[in-house]
Amino acid sequence: MEWLNAIVQGALLGGLYALFAAGLSLIFGVMRLVNIAHGDLIVLAAYLGLTVTAATGLHPLLALVVVVPAMGAIGYALQRGLLNQTLGDDLLPPLLVTFGLSVIIQNGLLEVYSADPQKLDAGALETASLSVGGLSLGILPVLTFAVAVAVIWALQWTFYHTSLGRAFRAVSDNQDIAQLMGLNRRHVFGLAMALALVVTGIAGILLGIRTSFDPSIGGGRLIFAFEAVIIGGLGNLWGTLAGGVILGVAQTVGAKIDPGWQLLAGHLAFLFILAVRPNGLFPRIAA
Amino acid sequence: MSNQEYQVTRSSNAARVAAILGAIVVVVLIAAPWWAGRADMRLMGEMFLYLALASLWNLMAGYAGLVSVGQQAYVGFGGYMLFALTMFAGLHPLTAIGLAGVLGALISVPVAVLIFRLRGAYFAIGTWVIAEVFRLSFAQVSALGGGSGSSLPVGIVKSLADARDTREALSYWLALGAAVLVVAAVYFFLRSRRGLALTAIRDNELAASSLGIDIWRTKLVVYIVSAALTSMLGALIFLQKLRISPDAAFSVNDWTAFVIFIVVIGGIGTVEGPIIGTLIFFALRETLADLGTVYLIVLGLVAIVVMLKAPRGVWGLIRSRFDLQLFPLRYRVIRRGPSKGA
Amino acid sequence: MPDDILRMQGLDAHYQDFQALYGVDMHVDTGEVLAIIGANGAGKTTLMRSITGLIANGPGQILYRGVDIGGMRADQVARLGLAMVPEGRQLFPSLSVEENLVIGGQMGRRGPWSLEKVFALFPILKDRRAVPSTSLSGGQQQMVAIGRALMSNPDIILFDEISLGLAPIVIKDIYDALPGIIGEGMSAVIVEQDITKALSVSSRVYCLQEGRVSLEGASATISREEISRAYFGIQ
Repeated sequence: MEWLNAIVQGALLGGLYALFAAGLSLIFGVMRLVNIAHGDLIVLAAYLGLTVTAATGLHPLLALVVVVPAMGAIGYALQRGLLNQTLGDDLLPPLLVTFGLSVIIQNGLLEVYSADPQKLDAGALETASLSVGGLSLGILPVLTFAVAVAVIWALQWTFYHTSLGRAFRAVSDNQDIAQLMGLNRRHVFGLAMALALVVTGIAGILLGIRTSFDPSIGGGRLIFAFEAVIIGGLGNLWGTLAGGVILGVAQTVGAKIDPGWQLLAGHLAFLFILAVRPNGLFPRIAA
Repeated sequence: MSNQEYQVTRSSNAARVAAILGAIVVVVLIAAPWWAGRADMRLMGEMFLYLALASLWNLMAGYAGLVSVGQQAYVGFGGYMLFALTMFAGLHPLTAIGLAGVLGALISVPVAVLIFRLRGAYFAIGTWVIAEVFRLSFAQVSALGGGSGSSLPVGIVKSLADARDTREALSYWLALGAAVLVVAAVYFFLRSRRGLALTAIRDNELAASSLGIDIWRTKLVVYIVSAALTSMLGALIFLQKLRISPDAAFSVNDWTAFVIFIVVIGGIGTVEGPIIGTLIFFALRETLADLGTVYLIVLGLVAIVVMLKAPRGVWGLIRSRFDLQLFPLRYRVIRRGPSKGA
Repeated sequence: MPDDILRMQGLDAHYQDFQALYGVDMHVDTGEVLAIIGANGAGKTTLMRSITGLIANGPGQILYRGVDIGGMRADQVARLGLAMVPEGRQLFPSLSVEENLVIGGQMGRRGPWSLEKVFALFPILKDRRAVPSTSLSGGQQQMVAIGRALMSNPDIILFDEISLGLAPIVIKDIYDALPGIIGEGMSAVIVEQDITKALSVSSRVYCLQEGRVSLEGASATISREEISRAYFGIQ
């Protein structure tokens, strides 16, 4: 029963990791950009939530109303103002520019908020739980998982059933021809980054309610996101959810064996899958 | 019409002058224990080690297309090997440093087999995962102090030399030697057939592959050699620090972020870049370090601006203005003027 | 209002590091079908990329209805009513047949063309509207590429090597459909290696050779000798 509990808790944790990963996966899918600052942007969203709740007294979940649009705007501005300049055949500029961005965000947060760990106070939501078949499930983890499923469903729907999603796919397929259709790729990329950071905003708030955070944890979140993407298979959002779940389960089961093994077990699960299925468990079938 | 002689050459006057000046500088630096203070020597020693780390990272990222954000894996691994081999196997520290390199090479092979499956930027994050695995694994080894780390026993420190001055001179020379060795190794490797092939790959992957150059094997060799040398540098670094902990040994900021800044600012894909970058980095650090986080924000901004506006860094700017190469890698055609009796 | 819808004046263009066009002067009259012929490497594709804005050009080198479009981005040029059927079709592989057509019309320009009208022109596409564009035959893909360009209701349409890589019977079908496409006052530029086909549908022809215009004339009266001289540079 204890093991079953660990597995279920891990699966729910995987929902949070899938939220970390969805934004990373989306921008890679649309513009082949890997954003090293992705984890720091998640942490930035958590701090924005902190500022909003402190200033207005809003519940952190209501702070989403402010944080999510703010992150979207940051994403669009970041892409148009900076990241569009790095796109091209050369791998180095986007990688090194986002790496520099990561350092700037991390130290900017240190400067503004100090290194003290912070937490978003969600009141009774943090401790509430429901009992299912002898297992006690926290409302917050269940809610997080449900949000992850909803977000991935919404992204998937946007991608395949809206004109925005059509534009994303067209630009991803062939930038030149997409422009002949009247699509300004810089604008489309800006929208993709905005959407990615909207998801990141949601992930950051849920992270901040779940655990304490400080400016240095962005790198770790990037790695979880990356592992979920690779385990699930590039370009497959539902696969990314599965990747998050596998990572979460590996961590909680590892922690059950020895508390010091929590993160290590997750990384080892990732390396194992990389060794036996280098394209991930559910790679998108090449069209 | 006058006949003109053309010559294909790698050497140039600038390169010959640079070689002579370089030799003089090295001699002066070797003599530092007789003219420099203790604090200066420590600073210079640190600069040499960063120069060596930066040259290796530049070889990987600037020439082999292997952008790693996880070289701290090998710095930390080498450091821990120094501690383990001296404390538990009773080896002399210098032997331990050499052996740390061999072990670093050995462990880098299975690592490479795994992470070479990742392309481009995902390779970069994969290297970071490996560094995390190393950090978490060493944190589990209670004999090495677990998560809180351990100090090098006095007896081992004294086995280098009894007198403190001699010890400090020795570790200074080791750092200087490491920097000279690594820069020279990178330079001569890039001049070799394999090294030129690497530059060809970077400049045009399609052409290089059509020439039948085995890209994968060359990259693997670069990765393994970099891992070995980085491990030795890690052992040297922690021989100076005398104390090791997982967080210090596998710090992404100390052993990767700073190294990347050095290379990017100095000029990625040039042998001279890491040297210039090291000088700029330490000049900035010595003047701005009191600002703390602001200093790091400035570094990040500078790196972004350089990457966007001058992708070949400060050295690239100098080279394009004056057509200089101090470490001549490429052959150039030089016109020697009209010859007699046309 | 000038008579010509498109005019190139002293157009220089570069393909990667090489100069591919040298001072090209050309014009397309409103409503006419113009053919551009030339050997491989004569600069035809670079010319197409210049006109559509995929390559930036100097000021005043390309005029569209008298407006300088040389420095505009490709999406801005497209919005002015200039469409292209690119060489090799270049459909979007992750879009279905219908989506490929719809994205062509997403600029919302008014005009006679609609999804229904494209399906009426190429009925086979209606049956296959939901499948991925990659699962079509080469000829069907070419129909989608043409339909995609028409969906934007362009004022001028560029056809870049539409017969390349297709079976002769398919080429015939496509060319039989052309008059129905470019009636209705639309101007067209047809770039072709198949000279006979190009001459049969056009009113005027230019020949490019090594980045320069080597011949200009009326398609009906131009002689074979003139063409082979202009095409291959044989004196």
